[in-house]
Amino acid sequence: MTVMAETVPDFECADVEQVPRSQQAPALESSNRGLALLAYLLIGVALGMLFVMSEVVSWYRIQEMFRFQSVHMYGIIGSAVVVAAVSLQLIKRLNLRTLHGEPIVVSLKQWGSSSLRGARYWLGGAIFGMGWGLIGACPGPMFALVGSGMGVMLAGIVAAMAGTWVYAIVQHRLPH
Amino acid sequence: MTGPLPWYVAGPLIGLVVPLLLILGGKVFGLSSNLRHLCAAVPLPTSLKPAFLRYDWARTGRWNLVFALGILLGGFFAGVLFGEPNSGAQISGATRGDLAALGLRDFSGLAPSQLFSASTLASPTGVVFVVIGGFLVGFGARYAGGCTSGHAISGLAAMQRPSLVAVIGFFAGGLLVTHVLYPMLLPALLR
Repeated sequence: MTVMAETVPDFECADVEQVPRSQQAPALESSNRGLALLAYLLIGVALGMLFVMSEVVSWYRIQEMFRFQSVHMYGIIGSAVVVAAVSLQLIKRLNLRTLHGEPIVVSLKQWGSSSLRGARYWLGGAIFGMGWGLIGACPGPMFALVGSGMGVMLAGIVAAMAGTWVYAIVQHRLPH
Repeated sequence: MTGPLPWYVAGPLIGLVVPLLLILGGKVFGLSSNLRHLCAAVPLPTSLKPAFLRYDWARTGRWNLVFALGILLGGFFAGVLFGEPNSGAQISGATRGDLAALGLRDFSGLAPSQLFSASTLASPTGVVFVVIGGFLVGFGARYAGGCTSGHAISGLAAMQRPSLVAVIGFFAGGLLVTHVLYPMLLPALLR
């Protein structure tokens, strides 16, 4: 039986339901039902296919990106950000709600209380970037690569879980 | 397949995932949370788990784990339906030249087998690229509170400054590894 942990705001990530706080629990329950889960599965399938067909899962493409030798990865990330940003503006302007009628409230990333301002973002970001440069895949593509038959990426996922676990142990000693 | 799906097709479609998840159930597009859910799901006594991993993952993480499973299946379908892209053969000549100069000979598939294969996993090469690389991805993503999807796409699209700082960090780390570590390490590992 797992126990709910007390939330520690500084360490929590903003991966909660993006609806008013009072409606987060019902929003979560409604997404755990069969039809909703099927929708998430199908969006995932489409995304996994896009990841492989556009080669963002390719170690070579990540190298091309970090060597500034092709527009490909920058074009993908850049145009994804633009489309997502315009969509967010539309959601806001048109007051669009979730399918279940909850207002959409995008939660803000917190700066944290460390005297090293934003340490978790630049330090954590740089650590992530070093890993990204080595393994040539971020977490989403890791899953797609396993599916595409790259079995060794399973070891990469286990290693990434180990990294997550060590972070969980030492997080209180790190500046956030 | 003759070439990758062009960026101006793939990028916008990936970007649409952000509003799609929000409208479907108020979800935020962020895949590294799944690493935390997977850790929380490891069947160990609660007393052996750090507080950060003690929560009801099957309740809060179910949708995202199913989403990740979909990505895995999508990777499989893309390979089956369209054939795995021979990405290494299609990258820019400059990148190819740079990597060849560091000792890379095999440019097939989605990643070079000299670095990523079952047989290199137990060697220093596999330890550096798969084990240490994966570890840093997992540690860094959770420390930074997000990965490419959570910060670079969701965060930048919502114009959040912490995400911009994180993305600058991503690139600083990646550039350091590519331009400082690779020249020191790869020629020795691939000799």
